[in-house]
Amino acid sequence: MDLTDIARWQFGITTVYHFLFVPLTIGLSAAVAGMETAWLRTHNEQWLKLTKFFGKLFLINFALGVVTGIVQEFQFGMNWSSYSRFVGDVFGAPLAVEGLLAFFLESTFLGLWIFGWQRLPGKLHAACIWIVHIGTLLSAYFILAANSWMQHPVGYQYNPKTGRAEMHDFWAVMFNKVQLVTFPHTIIASYLTGGAFIAGVAIWHVVTKKTDRELYRKAARLGATIALIASVGIVFSGDISGKVMTEVQPMKMAAAEALYNTEKPAGFSWFTIGTPNGQSEKVAIKTPGLLSFLATGSFNGQVRGINQLRTEYQKKYGVDPGAKYYSGDGYVPMIPVTYWSFRLMMGFGGVGALISIAILWLTRKGRMPDGRWLKWAAISLPLLPLLANSFGWIFTEMGRQPWAVFGLMTTSNAVSPGVTVFEALLSLILLTLVYGVLAVIEVGLMLKYIRAGVPELTDADTTNVRPPADDDRPLAFAY
Amino acid sequence: MELTTVWFTLIAVLWIGYFTLEGFDFGVGILMPFLAKDERERRVMINTIGPVWDGNEVWLLVAGGATFAAFPQWYATLFSGFYLPLLLILLALIVRGVAFEYRAKHDSVVWRRGWDLAIFWGSLLPALLWGVAFGNIVRGVPIDAHMQYTGGFWHLLNPYSLLGGLTTLSLFLAHGAMFLALKTDGPIRLRARALALRLGLVAAVITVAFLLWTQVKHGSVSSALLFVAAAVALVGGLLAILREREGWGFAGTFVAIGLGVAGLFTALFPNVMPTTLSNGISLTTTNASATHYTLTVMTIVAIIFTPLVLVYQAWTYWVFRQRIAVHHIPDATPEYEGVTR
Repeated sequence: MDLTDIARWQFGITTVYHFLFVPLTIGLSAAVAGMETAWLRTHNEQWLKLTKFFGKLFLINFALGVVTGIVQEFQFGMNWSSYSRFVGDVFGAPLAVEGLLAFFLESTFLGLWIFGWQRLPGKLHAACIWIVHIGTLLSAYFILAANSWMQHPVGYQYNPKTGRAEMHDFWAVMFNKVQLVTFPHTIIASYLTGGAFIAGVAIWHVVTKKTDRELYRKAARLGATIALIASVGIVFSGDISGKVMTEVQPMKMAAAEALYNTEKPAGFSWFTIGTPNGQSEKVAIKTPGLLSFLATGSFNGQVRGINQLRTEYQKKYGVDPGAKYYSGDGYVPMIPVTYWSFRLMMGFGGVGALISIAILWLTRKGRMPDGRWLKWAAISLPLLPLLANSFGWIFTEMGRQPWAVFGLMTTSNAVSPGVTVFEALLSLILLTLVYGVLAVIEVGLMLKYIRAGVPELTDADTTNVRPPADDDRPLAFAY
Repeated sequence: MELTTVWFTLIAVLWIGYFTLEGFDFGVGILMPFLAKDERERRVMINTIGPVWDGNEVWLLVAGGATFAAFPQWYATLFSGFYLPLLLILLALIVRGVAFEYRAKHDSVVWRRGWDLAIFWGSLLPALLWGVAFGNIVRGVPIDAHMQYTGGFWHLLNPYSLLGGLTTLSLFLAHGAMFLALKTDGPIRLRARALALRLGLVAAVITVAFLLWTQVKHGSVSSALLFVAAAVALVGGLLAILREREGWGFAGTFVAIGLGVAGLFTALFPNVMPTTLSNGISLTTTNASATHYTLTVMTIVAIIFTPLVLVYQAWTYWVFRQRIAVHHIPDATPEYEGVTR
């Protein structure tokens, strides 16, 4: 393995890992904020129980999201210093703004929310978790704007004197057309993740518990409803996303479909096996015209194929920019990876939506299901969106290869020239080990608190009497 | 003022914010095995920083992001150059952050001991290594004509920078003890007060030595003024804690750390990373910076949002102003009440 391989594995592992926690943070912060607001509005204690229960699970998840985010802020400089020098003028700005606008908001108001029970007035306490949620949305916006710029660089000029990309239009970077479809797609996926988590956890309690079943049934329906609505949104935002992708990164669309040669109309492949060098297909099962519709909006549209695009790119960017990566020649991503990750993203998301529909159906009109198979549905439902999210990112990042910044800088040119293989390998191994241990601990805690179920409430919880600052009684909440 | 100077100043401010704030929570983390006599006192210590440590750490993330945006060359050279120390800091911050959040979520002695170790080492390593890193930045490191650091790992361990590491470590320890004296009540408060004085004396000696060395080798008139002011603040803090004035004591270490960092940045200016190679390039606020346009955009964002951040962070400290004593710590925390399976 050379430095580029190691740096890419580290980026892939740390980023996919980080993004297991991020969507759940976004989705659950909104749900918990909604539950607390419902408690304040209705004074129905069930809402407070749910707030505390899912709030705790949210915090277990949030802790790992925060600490793994620190690595993301610094590994561009550590492993990708050439990239950082080249794009810092454009790419650094959204990162800095994200820190100033979002990270401060999230961390400060989450601290207030965790420790602020009975210290803040009820409405202010609920406002804190809403502000945390707004912080997560802002954070997502700026970091996705930065990523969208890598997919489709806009608002910059290449300066041959300094040898770098320089920003001349901040708004173009903020409202990049890729960003405008990526942001909704990602946020809706996060709500789907949160809804599926709530539905899965709650239906597990409905099936296995004797107590509080009515409460869990309500939560399961709430979660499944969120997940189902989000699934519809995912399909629409994903569809627009695909059309924008076809326009700005046609090779990624061709690679997603293993479409070797330009077709008009093009069929959507359900199953394709190609030759390993990505030159042609061996077996394929297709629906005629569907890909044309997905890519262009017309069943008769032309979709360009890998071989034609390769020739085009070679003319435009020169022969073989990224050297030895992928498919034997420069401009083609690893077809099996893009093809299958694209399908796994949609597949896992789709199964999640089906389970959500099943839960809504089985709990309709006061029904209390107890089918044992539902336990398996409950266990798999929270995991499905996590898998779909991960494969979505693997697809979109692997599909951009060999580019780090599309059309501007290849990945192999982006790594740090001064970093040794030993340093990078040590970093990869240590981070992977620590992340692995933390994953085991996190899952253990999650399961423990899921099993424990909703808490019993005390009078202090429900009345929210605020003690004076010099009070001698034990704190309402302490670590 | 040039925008590059504005951003150099703003980045200095972000580091000042980071060291003055996370400095004391590092101190609390390192002191936990020594100052707390039992589990309840350990929990008192953790709860003094529980609501704020994460917000304190964000100052580091924003300093990193702002350096990336305003001085991409500085960001790239620094983080790819100081690779291994930075990796250690990242690992330390990861386990430390998780430790605060997870320690109370399972009722077992082994579990808590494990996280206590994570809190101790996770606080000690960054407290030491940030000083080593800043010592090296001010001292200068081998940077070649392509702005690449060429020194390797061992080059970073030189006497001056190691003294820098001891300076931040001892200052953060004293700062943490001051904070605990201010934020706790009962026997632990008295012990923290006594410890703050002793640690403060040690820190004063080390700090004065480091600042003198810095001033002689790299200083200017304005850095001298800031260093003297920092020393005065530190001594003032010690006198205050001697007279049992905890608020002023904490203010003393707070201001001393802030002015000390300001002095280091002043000594550095207009370089951001000087080179020690005759044929190398020193990174300066000019040759390492982003374009005027990017700096302008960032300046507008910073002017609007930085005051807002300061207001709500200050408000958090006001909300959690109550001193914490052992009798404030609930028996079974709600964290693991009823969760024993």
